[in-house]
Amino acid sequence: MYKVVTKRFLNDAKTICLFEIEAPLIARHAQAGQFVVFRLDEQGERVPVSVAGYDREKGTVTVMVQAAGKTTKMLHTVAQGDFIHDVVGPLGKATEMDGLKKVCVVGGGVGCAIAYPIAKEMHARGIDVTFIAGFRSADIVILKDELKAASDKLIIATDDGSYGEKGFTTVFLKNEIEANIKEGKPQFDRVVAIGPDIMMKFLADVTRPYNISTIISLDPIMVDGTGMCGCCRVIVDGETKFACVDGPDFDAHKVDFDSLIKRAAFYKDEQDEAAQHICRITGGKRNG
Amino acid sequence: MANLKVNMSMEKNPMPEQDPEVRSHNFDEVALGYDAEVAMKEAQRCLDCKNAPCRSGCPVAVKIPRFLEKVRDGDFDAAYDIITSTNSLPAVCGRVCPQEKQCESKCVRGIKGESVGIGRLERFVADWHMAKGDKSAPSVPASNGHRVAVIGSGPAGLTCAGDLRKLGYDVTIYEAFHKSGGVLVYGIPQFRLPKEIVAAEIQNLEKMGVKIVNNAVIGKSLTVDELFEDGYEAVFIGSGAGLPQFLHIPGENLLGVYSANELLTRTNLMKAYRDDYDTPIKKFGRVAVVGAGNVAMDAARVSKRLGAEHVYIVYRRGADELPARKEEVEHAESEGIEFKLLNNPCAIHGDEDGHVTGIECIKQELGEPDEKGRRKPVPVKDSNWILDVDTVIIAIGTSPNPLIRSTTKNLETTKKGGIQADEGGRTSREGVFAGGDAVTGSATVILAMGAGKTAAKSIDEYIRNKK
Repeated sequence: MYKVVTKRFLNDAKTICLFEIEAPLIARHAQAGQFVVFRLDEQGERVPVSVAGYDREKGTVTVMVQAAGKTTKMLHTVAQGDFIHDVVGPLGKATEMDGLKKVCVVGGGVGCAIAYPIAKEMHARGIDVTFIAGFRSADIVILKDELKAASDKLIIATDDGSYGEKGFTTVFLKNEIEANIKEGKPQFDRVVAIGPDIMMKFLADVTRPYNISTIISLDPIMVDGTGMCGCCRVIVDGETKFACVDGPDFDAHKVDFDSLIKRAAFYKDEQDEAAQHICRITGGKRNG
Repeated sequence: MANLKVNMSMEKNPMPEQDPEVRSHNFDEVALGYDAEVAMKEAQRCLDCKNAPCRSGCPVAVKIPRFLEKVRDGDFDAAYDIITSTNSLPAVCGRVCPQEKQCESKCVRGIKGESVGIGRLERFVADWHMAKGDKSAPSVPASNGHRVAVIGSGPAGLTCAGDLRKLGYDVTIYEAFHKSGGVLVYGIPQFRLPKEIVAAEIQNLEKMGVKIVNNAVIGKSLTVDELFEDGYEAVFIGSGAGLPQFLHIPGENLLGVYSANELLTRTNLMKAYRDDYDTPIKKFGRVAVVGAGNVAMDAARVSKRLGAEHVYIVYRRGADELPARKEEVEHAESEGIEFKLLNNPCAIHGDEDGHVTGIECIKQELGEPDEKGRRKPVPVKDSNWILDVDTVIIAIGTSPNPLIRSTTKNLETTKKGGIQADEGGRTSREGVFAGGDAVTGSATVILAMGAGKTAAKSIDEYIRNKK
């Protein structure tokens, strides 16, 4: 059993929630870019979530989770001081950042929560970080202060202009790249893009003509998260990779997005149906 | 020794089973087990050969004639003690060992007629003990203060841990999954090996003082080096062969193509077949399982129980080459699984949305025997045809997971990715031992148990010599 020591919602709409969880074994090794798999209770499914932070001394790991399906909705009902049945990790490879000098990190929605620890680590290592954070609207914006502290330049944009700039991340990324060229500044030696699959696909299209190395972090459907089931297969450069052990980071210019997007939707019907079946009396709490 | 008349019946007493029509729609155990009377009758078929050839066929050298003698006499307690003196998981072995290739293949009664049903009797004795409700654990010596870490709680790890604990060691098992048992819980289905039995065997070990840490992925949560830093004097790697192999043919990433590991983990470990569990599983229509080992039979029979309309086994060799246990093949056939033998898949076809619509096969004929003596399949020219299915399950074997070998220095591995170990389970690194599928690639439960046992002996020797 793993204790939730801190719980707080990160935005006004309460769509994304932070959980700081006691897990010394994970805290000892966790790095930006890795993930953990949690299971709420005996009947629960195993769900992967990215590591959003860790405290090696306190022995805690932090995740920021958006309520989307049944399990994540039920997770949001877990109170501070309560326990999560299982948390395992850290899994997957850490994000590579050796030798980088200037990076643009782009986050979309809850993707900002995954991109945040990467930007923070890069910033701490002295890499010049531009952070472009995109949200649908003001009420779901998260981590304003944290992102500011983790970057040299921060652009927050919303689709409807209700907070920060108005527009999509693709436009702002292209502007930044063009500005580097026009103003004779060094170009980004890496773009890290994390968000919905479709957003990452379009961001990859933005950087491709400029030949800027672009890394995306994938979160396909997984069962074990240790390379056992092959459920998270992704095609990269024509080769089949397992996102859980070979990733979750991959070269955006080589990922087969169409297959990725289809695979991600495979259990949509089952998930939609399951989400209808959360007990309204207990909020999904089972086993007393 | 009691000198009773030998029962000269040529055939084994039949195993009572659930009716195929009924059982192919439920996950309850198929084989129901002997009762005491039938067990005693079956044990009377043993000739008590002086040289006991059956024992040489058992990887953990169960004293077979001795325990059969006690069953014959109705002294099941004594029979249980004899079995468990060398085999710590009798209820498991009695169910899943390929006895026809091991002990029973050496049985003299098998020369003319059927061998003694050794596996069935082992299961009877273990079940009888469990039903008795004897919850006392075997007595073990107090801890000798020497700590050993065991990686993986599958058959190799459980056996190694049990034997070391019996020798007085302070043993901790590290298990990656939330539930202990390795392949016994994620791989082998409920209807062949009820999970309550595995849980009881594991509880037994815990009562003996073996500690189990779940959710610990060695190579990620902790490394082998850190285990030594934490004060363990020896490490046993029994991490199994968890990496699924694929065919590498076109269409393998279409929707509806699974590894057998995925299907089995979803159903066995995560209980996706039950309404009260959250893990989803698709409704299958027509299913092709590629491969013909025990895992393929399990995948086919699980698919059937999940409601598939029709299930095929697609295998490139013939009936004589089927690698699965005979009983599994018979059970699959009686449950309506159709065998498409001498067919090698060459592509999986799909529709515009990326869903599987069929599997293309090339017909094969059998050629010359290969180095293992199995006749090689040779493709028949222009014989391609398509089997209409919406689901394809790949069950052509697994290889060792690279997590440990890629994070442990100075650990030599084989070409196939297994950890290099000598006959005593010693690896290239001092204090590190390995056994089971992590060394050999996918094999059987009992071979893994044998390897765990041997390694326990080597670890004991190693630590005693070190003192």
